[in-house]
Parts: sequence; structure tokens; C-alpha cells
Amino acid sequence: MNLLVAQAQQIEAPEIDYGAIAPLLIVLGAACISVLLEALLPKHQRWAVQLVLTLVTLVGAVGSLILYATSERPEQGVATLAGAIAVDSPALFLWATLLVLGFGSVLLIADRSVEPGGAFVAQAAIRPGTVQDRAQATKTGMQTEVFPLTLFALGGMMTFVASNDLLTMFIALEVLSLPLYLLCGLARRRRLLSQEAAVKYFLLGAFASAFFLYGVALLYGYAGSVKLSAIATAAGGTDRSDTLLFAGFGLLVVGLLFKAAVGPFHSWTPDVYQGAPTPITAFMAACTKVAAFGGILRVLTVAFENTQWEWRGVLYGVAVVSMVIGAILGLTQTDVKRMIAYSSVAHAGFLLIGSIALVPDGTGVSATMFYLLAYGFTTIAAFGVVSLVRNSDGEATHLSQWAGLAKRSPIVAATFTFLLLALAGIPLTSGFIGKFVVFSAAIEAGLMPLVVIALVASAVAAFFYLRVIVLMYFSDPAPDGPTVTVPGAFTTIAITLGAVVTLVLGLWPTFVLDWAGTGSFLS
Amino acid sequence: MTWVLIALLVVPLVGALVVAFLRKDDRKAKLVALAFSLVELVLAVLLWTAYDPNGDRIQLAAGVDWIPAFGVRLQFGIDGIALVMIAVIALLIPLVIGAGWTEKLPAGRSQGGYLSLILIQEAVTVAVFAATDVFLFYVLFEVMLIPMYFLIGGYGGARRQYAAVKFFLYSFLGGLIMLASAIGAYAMASDELGKGTFDWATLVTVVRDADTTTQTWLFLGFFLAFAIKAPLVPFHTWLPDAAAEAPIGVTVIVVGILDKVGTFGMLRYLLPMFPEASKNLAPFVLVLAVAGVLYGSLLATGQRDMKRFLAYVSIAHFGFIALGIFSFTSQAGVGSVSYMLNHSISTGMLILVIGMVIARGGSSLISDYGGMSKVAPLLSGMLLLAGLTTLSLPGTNSFVSEFLVLIGSYPTQPVFTIIATVGMVLAALYVLWLYQRIMTGPLRGDALIGAAAGPGAVGDPEKKTAIGDLSKREIAVLAPLVVIVLALGFYPQPVLDVITPTVGATLTEVGVTDPVTVQEGK
Repeated sequence: MNLLVAQAQQIEAPEIDYGAIAPLLIVLGAACISVLLEALLPKHQRWAVQLVLTLVTLVGAVGSLILYATSERPEQGVATLAGAIAVDSPALFLWATLLVLGFGSVLLIADRSVEPGGAFVAQAAIRPGTVQDRAQATKTGMQTEVFPLTLFALGGMMTFVASNDLLTMFIALEVLSLPLYLLCGLARRRRLLSQEAAVKYFLLGAFASAFFLYGVALLYGYAGSVKLSAIATAAGGTDRSDTLLFAGFGLLVVGLLFKAAVGPFHSWTPDVYQGAPTPITAFMAACTKVAAFGGILRVLTVAFENTQWEWRGVLYGVAVVSMVIGAILGLTQTDVKRMIAYSSVAHAGFLLIGSIALVPDGTGVSATMFYLLAYGFTTIAAFGVVSLVRNSDGEATHLSQWAGLAKRSPIVAATFTFLLLALAGIPLTSGFIGKFVVFSAAIEAGLMPLVVIALVASAVAAFFYLRVIVLMYFSDPAPDGPTVTVPGAFTTIAITLGAVVTLVLGLWPTFVLDWAGTGSFLS
Repeated sequence: MTWVLIALLVVPLVGALVVAFLRKDDRKAKLVALAFSLVELVLAVLLWTAYDPNGDRIQLAAGVDWIPAFGVRLQFGIDGIALVMIAVIALLIPLVIGAGWTEKLPAGRSQGGYLSLILIQEAVTVAVFAATDVFLFYVLFEVMLIPMYFLIGGYGGARRQYAAVKFFLYSFLGGLIMLASAIGAYAMASDELGKGTFDWATLVTVVRDADTTTQTWLFLGFFLAFAIKAPLVPFHTWLPDAAAEAPIGVTVIVVGILDKVGTFGMLRYLLPMFPEASKNLAPFVLVLAVAGVLYGSLLATGQRDMKRFLAYVSIAHFGFIALGIFSFTSQAGVGSVSYMLNHSISTGMLILVIGMVIARGGSSLISDYGGMSKVAPLLSGMLLLAGLTTLSLPGTNSFVSEFLVLIGSYPTQPVFTIIATVGMVLAALYVLWLYQRIMTGPLRGDALIGAAAGPGAVGDPEKKTAIGDLSKREIAVLAPLVVIVLALGFYPQPVLDVITPTVGATLTEVGVTDPVTVQEGK
């Protein structure tokens, strides 16, 4: 007994920089409170209380983030919680991105005017197709656990982009993934499709997590530590087995690329994007992308920068495959959500270009982070618009149903056109500036051929965005076409926010570019 | 006088905004749009007077920082070539609006929307020619596509969707490849100067000294964009579709103005920035140019549709322009630039006249017409004049430029010049044959006497038909063009004076000297 006490006294409590991790603590703490509220509050009060709590949490987290970022803080960042979490400039930028995009997603999640009761099922546990299921179809309640699940996912994402060792990263990966698996299965309409999406995402995601963990194990075997900086140090001295290093790296990266929906690890993306409730699709497309690429950037820069000549060729190939798959398969899609899914695969390829453009004093990291922010806002607004075009079966996502939309709802059509042009990367939108900075960084890093392939892929991808514009503007409306629901305040704010940021970042990107470029990862 | 250039950029945008709010009242929309386009024309005249032909390389420069992180500025300024192009835009837009006054738009479309897009197109196109920041040029080069995409796709003919998307994708791809080259040049500048910039004048000094391999790659990136835009064979296939499907006024803009961005880009960007590569790759470009002359001429001869005919005529003419640019003599260069102007005027006039023919017959097929001069003699005369200036008859404006291109190119590129001269003969063939089929002989054709008469039927010119001669409005539209065609045909000096110093400066930047002194005699 005494021995145990003596040993316990030897373990020092780690230093915690509460100011630095305050945003993280706020989000995760609020998520826990939110779960308690779910248990304690009567059903009819939950939605309002949960929504207020979530929004206040996000605003509070952003506030504490701004407070910390503008205060006196070490320029290169701090490692806190015994070095498990690194709060440096890129982490702060990614946190802010995640929180703001999360705010937009929550607004979409909270909307109940577009569809009575919102996009989420009243009781997810009821089997689809049963008598009870038909009975609940008319109810306007919703499963309000959506809010704590979203907060947990967001907290996981924030941890993920700031984790300084691979084990923390793995835990964060699970914390962000598990709520998402659940959220995918909660659609009010087309419940079988939604549940199929959830199962697919879960099974494939579990595989990817296993790959990730196996990679972590091999890297531990190689470096004797799971710390990113320790791996970098170990790779500096070359007397160890390269097999362990590169096998570990490969498995680790597969796990990361899966989350980021980079081809050829993208096969879940279209099905899940299509089946999940549209606000959740928006959340995944925007925030999961930020988290996954944040993680990729950190791992590649901190742990593997000095071995980049060994792995660059591999990721080069992956980026090409992703862009080609996204651009070409996107051409054949007839469902608007699947189309945006393939577009996101193509965008993942572009993002990967920025991620591997690592040269000293290069702008690869800041360019990729800018791209993530720009892409996230555009995507949230785009899915917001998708949720408005409906017929009696719910959302009318088949492209043929969008014909002649501009005649009936010119504003919605114009907004969607603008967002599609941004996704295509036309100048005067944030999408163009994003592509420009990423390609500039890549050219500086000597990746000219890759950039040319990316440009051709952009031109191919532009075709399917244009096809939607053609349908909306130049085709005659179908007689039994969908109607455009007048959106409630929440969806309107989310779409406006996304569209305005897309425009503003296209015209005056300097502020965000400067901010993204202020510092580098803590190593 | 810098404000003139800024006003030229702003006035059409303001006009577009105002007109966009007049979608309910077509007549008012047309009047307001016309008023704004005339103000633009007055400003262009002022710009012309403010420009000093023997002054700085870039004049009336004005700009503000845009994205300091990349040294990108909203920087505008003009040289002689840009001035001439801006002037011709300002001239053609009021005529386009006037010519389309009574045109019926597709169901559900308003004049307000249409004219608003035309004015936006005018503003952006003026800006493309005035931009002196390479990044800004690229941005405008792509933005230019959007109003045109909606003009073709929203107001065009039966296959407008196909034509609009094809137009957009071709130009977009070319632009993206150019962007890669522009970033390459930027990276080079930031290596050399320590700080990146997109300023044209600075990039020229940096990039022109690059090694040949780099220059060649960067050249090809820019060249592809310009070759698609101009268009040179084999990158031309979007043009016949776009020209055929667009409403006639938009065809004037596409063929008469937008395409010039391609040849303008060759003069402003390719030659000064990549002199070595330009000289090395000139034979390759000249092959495309001469192929364009022959191919365009032959296909123009064989067209059954008048609007597609116009597209192929232009492809042939762009071959001539490219031939003059890549022969590297000041005479040919001046010829090319004046050709850019004169092509806009001549082909613009031809398109407008053919538009008047189509407006009467309701068909763009040549075989639907015949003997039209019997019922519309004035229109027939206008078609003949427009046709003759298109085939460069001496005494018309185009003759001066085509002649300058050919005699200027001969000393350095005799073989290509001789082959291209065949194009002049073919031009006489396709123009006169078109005229003959539409205007001469007995009155015939489904469009003129009705399909009910049956094949081979002949109409009676004395009998009353719905086909009338030119209205006062149409005469007012064509009269300025007739005056300019003849004036520039007999006295081209004012135009040549403006462009000669700029072409000379461009050739100095390339580092070539004329094989024979030609500037003394003019």
C-alpha cells in the first residue's frame, strides 16, 4: 500500500495552460452538460434549450479563442497537457475555422421551418417501415441528441487538429467519428437510405481507424514514442528500420486520407453524403474535411517533413487519383448531393497538393488552411440551398428536378449558381483564391506537373457545375417540379453567411491569408 | 485624364445596374442602355485624344493594391493597341443595341436582363484590355466568360445550352493553363526580386531573361489560352457553335471583340515576356496561322448557315493576324493590329447586315434565300459593301491592314506569306458567292416566298411581300460603319499613328530589328 502511495506521489500532475485550451474545454464541457440536459429536461423544452446552449457554447468558444489569440502568447505555440496538445498558430486558425463552420452547420441542423420538425427523425430507434414508424412520420418532434453529438464531434475535431502525439490523435479521431456515424442515420425521410449510409460509414470508418492504429503501433516500434516530434527526431538518425517507418506512415496516412475523403479512399463519400440528413452532410463536408486535413498537415509537417522525398511521390499519385476520380465520376452523377460528394473528392485532391507542398518558408500550410476555410463556407451554403428544393417526398435531389429553377425562384438559383462558380474556382470567389494560393505554393515547391493536372481536372469538374447552371437557367421547368421552400431564419442566416464569406474572401482575401500565414506548427 | 479610363470601366457597370432594374419596361431599358453606351463612346473619344502616341509605353495608369500578400494590384493603363480595342468596343456596343432594337427575345426573357448583361460584358472587356497586372488580367479573362455564358445560354438559338457550355469550358481550360504559367512567372519574380509581383512591366523584365526551356513552357501556357480565344486552328471548334447559336448582337461581340483578347494577349504578353520562346516557336505558330487562313476560307465557302459562315471567315482572318504578329516586322505588326481593329469593323458590319437579312427571313440558312435585292435593294447594297470590306477590296479599311500584313511578312516569312495570299483569293470566292446566292437571280427561297410555294418556285418581286428594305433605324446603325469603312480605307493614318509606336516598342522588347526600313515612308 505504501509502495503504491509512494509511486503515485512520483507522478507529477502535468502543467495545463487553461487559457490555451479553453475553447476545447468549453466545447467538450458543454457537450457533457448537453447530455445531462437530454436526460433531465422534459421533451418539449429540449430543442430550444439545447439549441441555445449549443450556439452560446460556440460563440463562447470563439470568444475565448480570440481572447487567447490576441493575448501575450508564445509565438511558436505551447504544448500543454503533458505535451499531448499543441496550441500553435495553425491550430488556432483551424479551431476558429471549425467553430465558425460548426456554427453554420448547427444553424442548418436547428432549422425546423423547411421541414416540419426538422431534418431529423423523431425517434431513431423505431425500425423503418413498421406501424410505429408510419405513425411517427407525422410527428414533429426530433431527436435532440443531435446537438450533444454535434458538439462532441466538434470537440473531437478540435482535439484532432491540435494533437501533438499519435495516441491523442487516435482518441480524437474516435471522438469525432462515433457521433458522425450516429448522426448519419437520423434522417427523417428515406430512413433506409440514411441507415445504410450510417452502417457503411461505420464499417469503413472502423477499418480506417484500425489502419490508423496499426500505423501508430508500427511507428511506435520505430521511434519508441508516439510523439510527432520524436518520430521526426528518430527519422533524422538513419540507423533504424525504414520498413517500420514507411509501413507505419503508409497505414497512418490511409486512416487520415479516409477521413478526408481523398480518392481512392473515397468510396464511402457519395453514399454517405446522399443518405445522411442534409445538415449533417454539410457538417461532414465542411468540418470533417477541415479536421482531417488539419491532422494531415500536422502529421506531415511535424513528423515527416524530413523524410518527404521518400513519401512525396506516393501522395503525389494519390492526389492525381483523387482529382481524376472526383472530376470524372462527378460528370456522371444525376443526384445533386452525390455530385457535390464527388466534387469534394476532387477538392480533397487539390487540398492534398497544398499539403505536400512542403518547402522551408513555403506557403503550403497556410494555403491549404485558407482553402479549407473557403471551401467549408461554400459547401455549407450549397447544402443549405439543396435542403430548400423539395417536393412531397422531401428533398428533390435528382438533377432533372432542378430544371428551370431560375424561373420559379431566381434568388435561390442565383445563390446556388454563385456557389457552384466558387466550387469551380472562377475568379472573384473564394474558391478561386483558394486554388490560386494552393497552386502557387505547389509551383514554388516544384510540383508544376501536378498543378497542370489539377488545372485540367478543374476544367473537367467545371463541366458538371455548369450543367446544373444550364439546367436551372436554360431549361424549361418540369410541370411537376419541386417547390422551393421559403427558408426560416436559421437556414437563411447559414446560407447568407456562407455566400457572403465566399464573396468577401474572393474580393479581399488579404486579412485571412495573413492570419493563416502567421505561424507554423509547433515541432 | 486618368479619370477617363476609370470612367470607361465604371459607366457600363452603373448602366448595367440601372438597366437591371428596368426589366418590366423594355422600351425604357433599351433607351437607358443606349444612353449609357453612347456615354461610353464619348469617353472613348476623350481617351483617344488624351493618349499621346509618342509618350510612355503604358499611359493613363491608375491603380490600388488588391491582395498585397501576392503583390496583386488593381492596375489599369493603356498602350496604343489597348486604346484601339477599347475604342472599337465602345463603337460597336451602341450599334449592337440599335441593331437589336426590335429583336424578339426568347419567351420569358426581358430586354432589361439582356442589355444589362451586354453592358457588363462591355465593362469587363474594356477592363481586360486596360489591365496591366497579369493576375488582374487573368481574373478578368475568366470573369469575361460569365456574362457571355448567360448571353449565349439564355438568349440563343436551339442548341444554345451546348454552345454556351462548350464556349465556357474551352476558354476556362485555356485560362487555367495560363494561370499556371502566370504563377510560374510570379514564382520566378519572387525568386529574383525577393518579393513576388504580378505587375506586367516588372514581370517582363524578369521573365524575358529566363532560360529557354522555362520560357518555352511558360509561353505554351499563355499561348494555349490565347490560341483558344483568338481562335487558331485546331482550337477553334467552339467558335462556330457559339457564333451560330448566339443572338446576332452577341455574335458581333463574340467575333468582333472577345476574340481580339487572344491576339491582344499575344502582343502584350507572349512577345514581350517570352521573346526567346516566341522566336523559337514562331514557325509552329505560323503553321497554325496559315492553316487557319486556308481552313477557315475553305470551310466558309462550304457553309450552309450564314452565322457559321461568319465564324469561319473570322477564323481565316485570325490566321492573317497571327501571321503578322509572328513575322516580327514592324510593318506586319502594325498591319496585324490595324487588322484587329478593321476586322471588328468589317466583320461587325457583315454580321449586323446578315442579322438584318435573318431578321427578315427568319432563317439563317443560305438556301432559304435568293434574289433578295429585288425586294430590298439597299440591304443588298450594304451586304455587298460589308462583303467587299471583308474580302479586303482596295478602298476599304481591311485592305490596308491585310496588305500591310502580307508585305510586312514577306521579307521574313516568304513561304507562309505566299500560302496565306491564297486566302485572299478564297475570300473573294466565299464572299461573292454568298452575295450571289442570297441577293441575285429570281426571287426564291423558303424564307422569302414561303415554304408553301414548293421547291424551285420563283416569286414575283412586284407582288407585295412582308420583306421590306432597310428601316431608318437600320440605316442609322449602318451609316457610321459605312463612313468608317471608307474613311479608314482611304486615310488610315490616324489609326496607324497610334499603333505604330506601340508595335515598335513591342518588337524592341522582343529584340528584333526590321529587315528593311519601312517606317520612313509612311
